[in-house]
Amino acid sequence: MIHKRLSIVVATGLIGAATLLGAAPANAREPGASEPPRVELVLDVSGSMAAADIDGETRIAVAKRAFGKVVDALPATTQLGIRVLGATYGGKDKKIACQDTQQIIPIGPVNQVQAKNAIATLKPTGYTPIGLALKQAAADLGDTGATRRIVLITDGEDTCTPPDPCEVARDLAAQGTHLVVDTLGLTPDEKTRKQLVCISTATGGTFAAANSEEELTDRVQQLVDRAATPPPVQPATVTGTGSCANAPLLAPGVYTDREKISEHRFYRVAVQPDQELRASVSVALDRAVQPDYGVLLKASTTDGRELVRGLDAGSGRTDVLSAGLRWSADEQKADAKASAEAADADTDDDATRTTEVCLIVSNSFASKVVTDTGMPVELSIDLVDASHTPDAPGLGRGFLFLLVLAIAGLLAGVLAGWITRYWVATWREN
Amino acid sequence: MRIKQLALAGAVVFGVAAVPAPALADDPSPAPAVNTAGTSFLTAVPITANQAVQVGAVTGDYLYWQFTAEAGQRPDLTATVALPDKGRSGDESWIVEVFDGLRRRQACVAGEQSPVAAKDAAQVTLGCRLRQVRSWAEPQDGDPLPGTYYVRLSSTKVPEGDLGLPLKVSLSLATPKGDLDADQGELAKPLVPNNQPGTVLTTPASSVSPSAEPEKSSFSADWLPDFSGRWFWTVGGGILAALTGLFGFSLTRRRRRV
Repeated sequence: MIHKRLSIVVATGLIGAATLLGAAPANAREPGASEPPRVELVLDVSGSMAAADIDGETRIAVAKRAFGKVVDALPATTQLGIRVLGATYGGKDKKIACQDTQQIIPIGPVNQVQAKNAIATLKPTGYTPIGLALKQAAADLGDTGATRRIVLITDGEDTCTPPDPCEVARDLAAQGTHLVVDTLGLTPDEKTRKQLVCISTATGGTFAAANSEEELTDRVQQLVDRAATPPPVQPATVTGTGSCANAPLLAPGVYTDREKISEHRFYRVAVQPDQELRASVSVALDRAVQPDYGVLLKASTTDGRELVRGLDAGSGRTDVLSAGLRWSADEQKADAKASAEAADADTDDDATRTTEVCLIVSNSFASKVVTDTGMPVELSIDLVDASHTPDAPGLGRGFLFLLVLAIAGLLAGVLAGWITRYWVATWREN
Repeated sequence: MRIKQLALAGAVVFGVAAVPAPALADDPSPAPAVNTAGTSFLTAVPITANQAVQVGAVTGDYLYWQFTAEAGQRPDLTATVALPDKGRSGDESWIVEVFDGLRRRQACVAGEQSPVAAKDAAQVTLGCRLRQVRSWAEPQDGDPLPGTYYVRLSSTKVPEGDLGLPLKVSLSLATPKGDLDADQGELAKPLVPNNQPGTVLTTPASSVSPSAEPEKSSFSADWLPDFSGRWFWTVGGGILAALTGLFGFSLTRRRRRV
């Protein structure tokens, strides 16, 4: 009895150790995941914020209170900074006014008293240089590999164009990685709304309108909370090529790339004979596109024979369009084996060799927006054990099956009876 | 007389076999309510069956959730969107879409997947029931397979001026069991995304040499099918065949004259 218990304990220990050992490399493969996400709030303090049209109070007063509440509720781990625009220069010189943006709280763990004091002193003053403020905010956030989020809160459109803040946002998203701009319009008019929607779409962010203090507080809170939870993975940057021969060879994992409209991007994956390739691709719509569109992910051999394709198409508003595919070398291996045996080859070398599969990502978007940057592509590759085709079922099922068995039994019984009778009869006679 | 008894016994055995195993009652304690939604496939918020989901959002948001489904289940989603009560200027088209672990679109076989909310509608209800999740499918097939599923709730057509207005979304997921014995085969690994940063290789990873894979021992029970209702059907069929065999045998016996 004691021996039994001991052996159970030992076995449990061994299993635990094995689990730990097995798990360790998997954890070690996730760098960047520990990087805390960084977020910067960009607040418009331009002259128009003095308008008293939110529940009878000025926009700036409401924004200050909302910020105060959000700062109070911040989790300790959040790396937050605050930048303002149009806060200091009240003059008429557009050149100076359009350079007016400062970071009042540097990015880091937030000192709540300091932050609230800094917010309290703000007075609505100048112009609205949104484009410049976005550029500076992206620079503030740096490029540490962590997710970077900008929350832009404004009540009016950019008064310092050019540059168009939407183009600035698209360029920023294309340059650095993982930059998202969420926009919040305070009682926005049509022009402001269009501009903010454009900025958020260009970076994969969201747009919201706030017409009351409650709406503003809730939304800022939601955006900061969202920014505080990092995504499970920071995709690695890769650049697909125009042909299979020089395409990058990818290991399992998540990647980002950019693809222009009607461009084809090639990637390669080495698949072992008893492995299954799983690939999925998402193309994000970072600009206004024509209503109907599609995306195609194709797997082919290096010499261009198509293996399998995944595609999706749609129409109307959407954020991303995705397609995925599975492919396993199983059948091909069987074919190769058969042909090798037929040709009486010395070894089944062909059957055990890795196959290089080309993945081709293409799209059929159309857009009137003229830009050099491609649309964001998220590519996810996985290699797992191949699933084998099941054999025909060994067991039966259903009433037809029972009926067949019953009739077969009946016939067998009758037959056995006749034979027995015949045999008994002949035996008696003899 | 004896045959009658045998037949009765057989019928009892068969009757027991034909009754499907009682479905195990779901865990009665519900999971805590979810009040967030993701904004992309990567950040999709996990939900489970019978878990309350209540999220505040705005018109124009794309809301993502993910759930896990097993073979034999028929996931069924219902979403209710409480639309903003003021400031709306026209009709809105809504859609709930479901994607599998490879982000492949899955067909809804029931439910109002893409309703249009009239300008004065207070709320809109969406629904989507998936096909039964299969235990195995050809790689080229798009059949639903065990693994992760993504739900995306969004509006496909909305007046530009209505973007950004606040609304409330509630979602519920049910995973009733379908016909468990219908399917053969098994997926080696469920369709769960491999969320790790990628690495660009310079040379292909070395092929595993064939000798590294040890030959399996000669004794193995792999050929035996898994336990399922088919076992009952087959065993019941055998018993039935034996009984009808006995009956057939008895028919050929000479009636004893009394």
